[in-house]
This record gives sequence, C-alpha cells and structure tokens, in this order.
Amino acid sequence: MGKFLARRLLNYVVLIFLATSFAYLLAATNLQPRVYFEQMQPPPPPEVVNAQLDSLNLNDQTPLAERYVTWIKGVLTGDFGKNIQGGDVSAQMWMKAGVTLRLITVATILGSALGIAIGAYAAVRQYRAFDKAATGASFFVLSIPTVVIAIVIQVLAVAINDGLGFTLLKYVGEYSAGFQGNAWETLLNRVHHAILPTLVLALALFAAFARYQRNMMLDVLNADFVRTAMAKGLTRRRALFKHALRTALIPTITYFTFTFGALVSGSTFTEKIYGWHGMGAWLIDSISRQDVHVVAAVSWFMAITIMAASFLSDILYAWLDPRVRV
Amino acid sequence: MTTVTETTPEVPAAPPAPNRLKDIARQLIETRRVIVGIVILVLLTLFAFIGPVISPWGVSERDYTALLEGLSPDHWFGTNRTGQDIFTQTTAGLQKSLLIGLLVALISTAMAAVIGAFAGYFGGLTDKALTWIADLALVLPSFVILAILSRHFVGNGGWLILVILLAAFSWMVTSKMVRGLTISLREREYIHAARFMGVPSHKIIFRHILPNMSSLLIADATIMVSTAIIGETALSYFGLGVQSPDISLGVVIADGASFATTAPWVFVFPTALLVLLVLAVNMIGDGLRDALDPTAKSRRS
Repeated sequence: MGKFLARRLLNYVVLIFLATSFAYLLAATNLQPRVYFEQMQPPPPPEVVNAQLDSLNLNDQTPLAERYVTWIKGVLTGDFGKNIQGGDVSAQMWMKAGVTLRLITVATILGSALGIAIGAYAAVRQYRAFDKAATGASFFVLSIPTVVIAIVIQVLAVAINDGLGFTLLKYVGEYSAGFQGNAWETLLNRVHHAILPTLVLALALFAAFARYQRNMMLDVLNADFVRTAMAKGLTRRRALFKHALRTALIPTITYFTFTFGALVSGSTFTEKIYGWHGMGAWLIDSISRQDVHVVAAVSWFMAITIMAASFLSDILYAWLDPRVRV
Repeated sequence: MTTVTETTPEVPAAPPAPNRLKDIARQLIETRRVIVGIVILVLLTLFAFIGPVISPWGVSERDYTALLEGLSPDHWFGTNRTGQDIFTQTTAGLQKSLLIGLLVALISTAMAAVIGAFAGYFGGLTDKALTWIADLALVLPSFVILAILSRHFVGNGGWLILVILLAAFSWMVTSKMVRGLTISLREREYIHAARFMGVPSHKIIFRHILPNMSSLLIADATIMVSTAIIGETALSYFGLGVQSPDISLGVVIADGASFATTAPWVFVFPTALLVLLVLAVNMIGDGLRDALDPTAKSRRS
C-alpha cells in the first residue's frame, strides 16, 4: 500500500508542477501588467514603468523563458514573487489560504457526510416519502448555480434580519470589524459569520453526494453478498452498514475527487459575495489588476488542494477496498 | 477459401428483430421526466427566440424615462438601473445561454468520445499519454485559466472562444468513462471479426465502438449542457464570461444581483428562467440516462 501511495504522490507532484507552470505562462502572456502602470494618474514616464516592471520580474520586453526561470527558481525556494504593488505574495498567500481552507474543510465535511448519510438512507427507503423528498430536493439544488444559491441565501438573511429587527444572521465579512473580546468571544463571532457561507457551499455538495450515494447504494442493496451477509445471521442494519454501505462508498470516493474542483471554484463566488478575503476573492481582484504572480500562486494553491483531495481519496479507497492494498 | 452452398438450411421463423429505436421511444414516453423536460425546454427555446423579436425594445437600448422601474405595460419585466428592458435582455440572454450550452455539450462530448475511444482501443502508450493528458486537464484550475483568457472573449464572436475553452475543460470525466467501455467492447466478437477482416482501426472505432455507446454519450451530452450553462453563469457573474455587446443570462443576473432586495424584478426573472432551463435539461438528461442504461433500472425514481 505504501508503494501505491508513494507512486500516486510522485505523479501528483509532477502534475502540480506542470499545472502551475502552465498557469504562470498563460498569465504572463495574457495579462498586461504594463497597462496597469501606464494607466496610473498621472501617467509615469516609460523608463519608470520599465524599471518598475523589471524590479517585479513582470517586464514583457524580457523574454518569457527568462522571466519563467527567475520565477520558478523563486517558487522552488518557497518565494512566489512580488505582487503588482510590490508586496510579498507568499506572506499574503498563507493568510488567505487559511481563510479559504477553513471555509472549504468545514463545508466539505458537513456536505459530504450529510449527503452520504441521506443518500444511503434514501436508497434503503426507496420510493417512500423520505426518498422522494430527498431525491427531489437534491435534484432541485443541483439545478441552481452556486452563485445564485449564495445570492438568494444572502437576500433571505437580509429579509429575516429585517423581519426580526436585529441581526440574527451575519452575511458580510469573516468577523466583525474592530471586534474586541477574549478567545471564546472571537471564536463565536467567527462561527457566527461562517454559518451562511459554509451553508452555501455545503448545500451544493450535499445535493451532489446525496444523489450519487443513493444510486450507488441501490446498485448494491440487492447484491448477493448483502443477502449472504444477512443469511449468515447478521442483522439487516449490520449487513447494510458493514457490507452494503462500505461497498457503495468506493465509487463515491472517486466521485469526491471530481467534485472537489467544482467546490474550490464554488468557494470563489462564496468568498466574493460574502466578503471573505480568501484565495478566490484574491484571484478575482488580481485578474482585474493584471497581477501575474498572484494568479500563478492561486493556481498553485488550487492545484494543491485538488491534489490533496485526490490523495485523500486514494487513501480512503485503499482503506475501503482491500484489493488495492496488495 | 469458403464454399458457398446453394441449399439454404431450414431456419426456424425468427422472432422479429427488436427495434431499438421503437424500444427507446417507448421507454422515453414512460419516463415522465423526459417529456416534462422536453416540453419546458421547447417552450423556453421558443420564448428565447421570439422574445427579442416581439419586444419593442432593443437589447442595449435605454429608456431614460424609466430607470429601475417595476413591471409596466411598456416594460413587461421592468427595467434596470440604466433603463434597459429586462424582458428583452432576459430573452436575448436565454438565447445565448442555450446556444452556449448546446455547443459546449456537442464539442466536449465529441472530444470525450474520440479521445476515450482511441485511448481504450489502442491501449499501451497511446492510452497512457491520453489518460495523462486527461488527468492534467482535471488538475488545471479551469476557472483560473478561463478568467485569465477572458479578455479574448471581447468583441464579435468572442463568445465562441469561450465556448471552445469551456468545452476544453469539460470532456475529461466522460472520456474516462468512454475509455472504460471501449476496453470492454474491444474484446467482443464483432470487433475481432472486423479487425481480422482488415478494417482499419479508426473505422472500427467510428463504426462499431462509438455507435455502441451512443446512448451513454447522448445522456452525458445532455448533462453537459446544464454544466456548461452553470459554468458560463459563474464566469459572467464576475464579468469574465460573455462580454458586451453579447449578453447571456449570467450577465443579466450579475447586473441584477446587487438589486435583489431593492428591485427584485431585475434579479428574479433572469434567475428563475436560468433555474428553469437547467432544471429542464437535467430532467431530460437524467431521464435519458435511466431509459437508455439497462443497469440503471433499479434507480428509477
């Protein structure tokens, strides 16, 4: 099993390297940092612009290969270059990555666990009221883009707050500006702000998982091995949990890898709409600022998270399916 | 050499060959979701193509006497902040969103079919290389790349570039499925027969392998339509998708989002149409998959 995981890990490292390089090259050729400086008021003289671009390694008159080599050398030592305002990208990135990771991790655990539980239960109760309600709800949610879910929930929160006359639900920012309090109060304040954005992300994930898990579970429910398990004396509950659910989880694990990319980009909208200063919001802002190094850093981060999710699903897969371990 | 015998042996009367098309048609009619979905989709298509024609306003025409006004006989869905008619914008946007969805689904399914079938049929190095490319495309943050390239979507026909890029990042999962199916089809007798008769590989793929998984491809293409529409909406929300003067539902929704509480008509109409459109497409795709995939019988819901 160790060898299997090591080989996968090596493959992922190569893929991350290529994905990040590709994103850098695309950004370096398509974004125009020169325009950003030229549009300053008052317009700086060309020599100043060139000097600025040179100091940031963004000058489009330097050959692309040379810029790339300078950049990749930095990345290999953990330095992602400077952003267009001269700030250190790496330092900013860790702060913003924390914001995004908090959002994604909680939403993933919440959404997938709920989705799998409800999907599996719906399969067991096929055609009953619970199954119909769960299937209908997940089908409906899957047809709504994350952007729309985020906006609608925000609008609903405003309406609820107005109706109650006080702020029950927070929908802007990660914490109250200028909030002072002890550790416990700070945590509470953050959780209070995190409820809605997490809900938005978890909702879409929940729908996808509930639907998929129901299908997978239905495929194994009538399988011979589940009947055998019950025939040899296991209770229905034990047979369903130990044999049916475990087998039905294997394809869901693979599915998880595919949905994770959508989740990462879904977090972009959620961050932007709910005013969280995470990686996604940073990406959108930096594209309008023609900020090549930030865009490349965000791509690196996204590739890493997707790879981490794949690696996690490899481990889960190996744990659930004994055949992989040999 | 084979010898041809003149005498035909007594053949028992064979039952009429099952007509696959008729069979599928019957199953589709039994799957109510598909019918409902098709009806909604046809109505929406009609609405999208007739709407801009019957509306007295142009898509980007501004009525300065009616800024951010509610529903009225002049403006059936109201107007936005700059006096543009929401009805015209929504229907024109619906039209473009439909086109984008259909084109992306067509292109990406074709790519998935060809790449997956070639990888599965040839195996070996071809398979390794193509699978690896698919893996790489899965890792690339497609949203970032589309956003970087968004300045190329400006101008006449710029949305076609968006279509191609959206397609370029949505074929991977289907192609993996096609590859798996091809590997199992490759060993069937009729494929062997074709190969031993000297039929070139690419002909075998296009004539025997792909037609045999057409039902899967059709169902998958339908799902791809809704994925593409959702993806386009997301990009357009940040101004990175369809660019003016072109308009799509995503653009209209993005314009209206900040007025969702104060002037709901700017947001509600385009959003409702978008959700209805995606819902209809999903109903068709989901029903098709159930009707065409014999292993999915147990999943009927």
